[in-house]
Formats: sequence, structure tokens, C-alpha cells
Amino acid sequence: MILMKDFVNWKIGGEAGYGILSVGVMFGKFCTRNGLFAFNSSEFPSLVRGGHNTVQLIVKKTPALSQYFEVNLLVALNAETIEKHLNELSSDAAIIFDGKEIDIKKYKTKKSHVLIDIPLTEIAVRHGKKIMRNTVSLGASIALLGLEFDKLEQLIKEAFAGKKDALIPINIAAAKEGFNFIKNRNIKFNYQLKEQKQKNHIFINANDAFSLGAVKSGLKFVAEYPMTPSSSILSFMAAHELQYDIVVKQTEDEIAAMNMIIGGGFAGARSLTATSGGGFSLMVEALGLAGMTETPAVVVESQRPGPSTGLPTMTEQGDLMFALNASQGEFPRMIIAPGDVTEAFEAGLNSFNFAEKYQLLVLVLLDKYISEGNTTVKEFDYSKFKINRGKLLTKAPKNYLRYAFTSDGISPRVLPGTLGTVYKANGDEHNEKGVSDESEENRIKMMNKRMKKLDVLKKELPEPKLYGDKNAKISLIAWGSTKGIILEAINELQKQKIKVNFLHYNYVFPLKEKKLLELIKKSKKVLLVENNMTSQFGKLIAQETGILFKNKLLKYTGRQFYPHEIVNAVRKLK
Amino acid sequence: MTELKDLNTKEIPTWCPGCGDFMILASIKKAVADMNLNPSEVVVVSGIGCSAGLPHWIETYGFHSIHGRAIPVATGIKLANHGLTVIVVSGDGDGYGIGLNHLIHAMRRNLDITFIGHNNQIYGLTLGQTSPTSTQGAKTVSTPHGSIETPINPLSLGLASGATFVARGYAGNTTQLTDLIVKGTKHRGFALIDVFQPCVTWNKINTFDFFKQRVYDLNSEKFNTSDLNAAFSRCQELGERIPTGLFYQTETDTYSDDLPQLKEKPLVKQNITNVDIKSVLNKYK
Repeated sequence: MILMKDFVNWKIGGEAGYGILSVGVMFGKFCTRNGLFAFNSSEFPSLVRGGHNTVQLIVKKTPALSQYFEVNLLVALNAETIEKHLNELSSDAAIIFDGKEIDIKKYKTKKSHVLIDIPLTEIAVRHGKKIMRNTVSLGASIALLGLEFDKLEQLIKEAFAGKKDALIPINIAAAKEGFNFIKNRNIKFNYQLKEQKQKNHIFINANDAFSLGAVKSGLKFVAEYPMTPSSSILSFMAAHELQYDIVVKQTEDEIAAMNMIIGGGFAGARSLTATSGGGFSLMVEALGLAGMTETPAVVVESQRPGPSTGLPTMTEQGDLMFALNASQGEFPRMIIAPGDVTEAFEAGLNSFNFAEKYQLLVLVLLDKYISEGNTTVKEFDYSKFKINRGKLLTKAPKNYLRYAFTSDGISPRVLPGTLGTVYKANGDEHNEKGVSDESEENRIKMMNKRMKKLDVLKKELPEPKLYGDKNAKISLIAWGSTKGIILEAINELQKQKIKVNFLHYNYVFPLKEKKLLELIKKSKKVLLVENNMTSQFGKLIAQETGILFKNKLLKYTGRQFYPHEIVNAVRKLK
Repeated sequence: MTELKDLNTKEIPTWCPGCGDFMILASIKKAVADMNLNPSEVVVVSGIGCSAGLPHWIETYGFHSIHGRAIPVATGIKLANHGLTVIVVSGDGDGYGIGLNHLIHAMRRNLDITFIGHNNQIYGLTLGQTSPTSTQGAKTVSTPHGSIETPINPLSLGLASGATFVARGYAGNTTQLTDLIVKGTKHRGFALIDVFQPCVTWNKINTFDFFKQRVYDLNSEKFNTSDLNAAFSRCQELGERIPTGLFYQTETDTYSDDLPQLKEKPLVKQNITNVDIKSVLNKYK
């Protein structure tokens, strides 16, 4: 008996410029509208045209939290796709290809594979252009998976509405022909999806989710220099600048971007910059300026593998130690590392409150995997969100002191332009008035005042979240974007009757220790999971608690983990 | 009324006795008082170097930032609140060396900012190294055998970069300098005011005496300040006679003028509660 499967891991491959990324997002949205859950990830070289690109989409009835290794439906727009990904196919996988362009006999496909030869190019060219092979293959894919066509038609209309109206009918016709090609043949495919009840879900990545949260929280000024994988934050903001009256400035470099948002924050606008490791390197000196002048600033650092240019379109959690220590001297900073798109939205929502309340630098660490990985999630809930600008005064009290010593280290702030007073923001060590002061007595008081804010902030932060079986004897510890992968792995382990729990850090610094210490005491085996070579979070934990990890699962190939890698590592722990 | 004494601070400048920076400070104060600007609506922004202490000695808002970055900090301030008068004080190291990239872009953006370049042709605070405007052959502690490089000409750089107000002052003539700062601040757009500011400690060539013998007021003759080519030509004159004054001025939209986001009010005055993101969120459905 053949076991039918109600999920699929779909992969499309071809050269850059083949419209692979866009069709991946369209498919994800299509699944979301069908009440299903999708998660996409992409892999592409640093090229605008050419090279080998893939997009993968896992679709399930239950939340899809990560990428998966084993592919069930492969769309090959070129021969390289088959060459490179044949080893990833499940034994009952299907391959959609164009027999006029790919000689499938050259490859060691299995007898159990379903080979579907569709004249993709002929259909695409007949309706319009060769690039439309992407739409033809999407039409074919949804037919093969047993889903209906109508929602795709609507999505194509929305995708091209406005500027490219002429492309709508030809793309619909091309997709429909791909769809009918499958429907007219009796092809048996084990992976069958069914429309689920609509759940008011969205399909979004962490860059867009963060951006939306930031807009909601009153963001007014963005200064950014483009750098993969953070650039879509710049284009998101630019696309919405007039709708929300946000000034979006593409700067001459990241040094300018960081210093501009310090100026913007000082003047009183909620200000943001976003970059990746290379650009963050250029911002380093200014981070300390924000710290010293106690100017609220929010910086997104979407990590990619270094050093130097490294693997510019790939992913890594390699910049935690850098973010923690960047810039000379000692000053308070906060680091948030969202684990999924919902946490990214919340980071966008809350970062500016933290930055203004504590008058400090907030660093949001994303990475390529989460920045560009679209996920189907429940529509974001922001009903309880309130703007908190901390000790921001609209009128200056008598004898106002900008850097007044207070019990919580936070001084009341007035904005330049406030009448009846003036003050200096000063990168030199200064007194309560902002005037340079090099005395030992003042230095100690000021250092203590600034660092005090970190203690107060730490008290406000929630403990990290514990997932899985509270009483399990095996515990996983991780931060940031590995969250979904580990959660999928826990589900798999549960099926294998292995009980595991998982402590995930979204708020990375200042580090909350209580739950961690309790867990480590209780667990027999603890595994630290990080997408880097030197276990940077492990170093942070060691620095803050003295705890050293014996078991570490580290991956630094420039690719994110797959759930089975976590499962295997846990099984080996036994 | 803003009076000169309102702009005095309790703190006393730490510049060397006789430094040209004193005269620049006096001219800025006089200009702010002459324009009757409310000190609470003025922000003076500096980077690092001898010039950078200046915000501490004028009773307005101030931002003493890091080396070369006064312009981007000032840009952020101006974009966030274009109601403020923003004056950048910089130097030949700060503005024409480490921060030059920002200066060029600020000029082509035509932000409504006044840039005052304290140009002493030497690094003073770091004890006498060569600067981007040091004359060729100048012997300094970092060029003991004479500087090899051609100096930057801030005025022709400004003209080439699209600055809409290009002027040169001399610290020894505070009447003219005050007038240039008033004109530059009132000018809608980026005002580049390069100021010859003799360093009495380190620069033994470009001294007060040196300039006294050479400078003359370009605007005392019939000079057309809307003629870009004439401005280019006259700012090359750096020999026995050196012109000062307003070289070039033209009126065009400022960067803020062209931002519809700022039409109604500055960013900092806009209401940020209850931003409605529903319509954008719906696009992800």
C-alpha cells in the first residue's frame, strides 16, 4: 500500500534571472491562502544573472518552522538543478523538467521517481517570454499536488497589477497550460495537499516583519547603505516612505548611516539603520558615540558569513561576539536575536521603546536565513502595543541637566529646540551638563550611571522561553534563527520517543541566567546549537555564568541547519 | 532679543592663546546674535580636532561627535527637525580629510546646513602633522622632508560638488566673517564657508602676517557671485593675492524642500501614536 503524504518539500532550480525567487514567494502565498503553512529558503550566488539558484518551499498542514533537506518535488529549469540536487530527492519524488533541454537519461534517477517532461520553454515562449517557464512550472506543481487553480490566477493578477497589466493574461494562460498539462495526464504522486480552513495567516520574512513592527512603533528616519541581506529593509522603507511620512536616506556609506541616525535620535526622531557585518564594521566607532551621548539608536545587523566578503549571499550566526564588543571602551547595549518572523516583528515593535526608555543602542541580529526566509504565521498581534518614550520631557525643568545622576541611571531628556535650556551631547567624557570633564570622581560616577541602565533593563527583560518537555533529561540551548529548526527536530525526536526540551534566547544581551541555571542543573545532557564555528553564544554564557558546554553542535558551512542534523546529534548524545 | 552675552558659556575655551579659532567663535556668536536666533533653536555640531571644542563655548544646543562625522550627525538632526538652525564647525583634517566623503555628499544634497571649515593647514590637536590643505613642500612632523601632495582647494571642491553657497573667510577679519556666516546661515541650502585660521603653534608658514599681506575682499570689486566659472577661476588665486568673501551663490530647492514627508511639519513634531499598518500587513496575506 502506498502511504499518501500531506506535505511536500518543493524545490526549483535555475540560473539567476529566471524568476525563481519571485515564483517561490508566489507559491508560498498561494499555499498560505489555501490555509496551509509554508516556509521558504533560498540559495544563490552573489550574481544578478547566471550562477545556480534554488528556492525551496516546505508546505504542511501544521506550522512549517524550518527548511528540510529531503526534496519531494524538484522543478529543474536547467540541467545543473538535477545534477546538484538528485541526491536530495526522496525515493518517491517527482522531477518536472523540459525534455527538449534536459536529457534526463544522463542522470541516475530512480525507477520510483516520477519523471514529468513538460515543454516548459515552448509553452512559455508561445504565451510570451522564456522567463515565464517559472509560471508554467508553478501551474504544473499545484496541479500535481492536487490544489485548485483559482487562487493562483488571483495571485498573478495582484503580482502584475498596476505597472505590468499586460503581463497578467499571458501569465495566467501560461500557468493554466502548465496546470492542465498535469491534469490531462493520470500521474500518480504520493504528495497531495488539501485546502485547509482559512486562518487569517500571512507569508512574510524577518526583514519585512521587523520593518512593519518598526513602522508601527513610530519610526520616522531611516539611514542605510545597501548590503545583502539587509537591503530589503531599505527598499521596504523607501516603498512606504510617503504613506507613513518616514524620511529614508540612502547614504554614502555605513559610517554616515550610523552617524545620521545618532543625529536623528538626538533630535528626537525614532531612527533606524540596517546592515550586514561588513557595513557594521564601518559603524563601529559611532556605536560608542551613541553609547557615550546616551542617544537612542536601533541597528539591524543581518549576518552573513565572513570574514571580509566571505560568502555574501549565505547565512551564519557569526557576529554575536562582534556585536557584543564592537567599539572601544565600555558602554551599555542591548542585543535582540529574533528566532522567527513573529519575534522579528516584535523586535521592530519594541526596539525603539527600549532604545528611548534606556537611551541606549539596540542591536537586532538577524541573518540571511531568517531575513529572507518567508514563513506562514498568524497575523501579527499588536493590540497591546504602546509607545514608551521613557523620560522624554516636553518642557525643560529649571536648572535642567541632560546627564543628571538618577537612581536608575536614566536621565530625563529634552530635545534640541526645547526652549529655556540648552545642553551638549558630547563624545568626550562629560559631566551632568554635558561639558567635558576628565576628573576621576566624575568618570566613575558617569561610568556607573551608564552601566546602571543595563542592570535595570535586565530586570525588565523576560527569561528565555523553554519549549518541549519540562522534565526531559536532554536540553538544547540556542539563540536567534536556529529556533524553528530545533522545534521541528524536537517534534521528530518526540515521534522517536526521545524527550527533549529547548531553551531559546530571543533577548541575548543582557543575558538572563535564572532559567538557564535551573535547566542545566536538572538536565543530564545539554547540547549547545549554533550556526558558527566557535560557539559564540557559549562564550557569552561562559562569560556571564562560568558555565562551559561539553556538547556543541556547530555548523559553519554558510548554510543553516536542517532538522535531521539536530536529531542525529541528539541521538548521538545518548 | 538674543544678545551676545546670552551666548557666553561658563566654560572657557582651551585653544592656544592667539589661535584663529577665537575669532571664528566670536564671529559665530555675533552672527547668531545679529540674526536674533533663539539659542535653543540652534545646534552647533562638531567632530574632532581643535575646531571641535567650539560647541562647548557657545550657549546653544551642541553635539560634539567623532572625527570626521559632524556632517552626518548634523544631517540626521536637520532631517529630523528642519526647524532647527544647524551649524557644523569642522577643520581641514576633520572636514577635508577623514570626513571628506560626507562633505561632498552633503553639498550635492543641498541640505540647509552651514559648514564652517577651520582651515589652519595643519593638524594642531595631534601636535603638528600635515593636513589635506597643507601647502606642497610644507615641513611638518609627519612630512619632515616636505609634503609631496597637492593640497585640496575646498572652494573648487565645493563648486564642483554642487554647493549652492561657497565662501572664504579669514579669521583675522571678523567683520567680514560674521557677514559671511549670517549670509550662509540665511542661505537656503548648503553653505560652505572655508576660513583661513592661522595656527599659532604649529604652522609657521600660513601665519596672520602671511594672510595679512595677501588677503583682499573679492566682493569689494564688481564680482558676479552667480557666475560659476568666474568663481572657479578666482578660487584658484592662491599666490601673492588671495581673495576672500562670497564666491558663488545660487538658489535652488533644499533637500528638505523636496521631501513631501516634511511638508506639514518636521519629523519630530509628527504624531507617532496609532500608526495604522493594517493595509501593508494585508499585502502579505
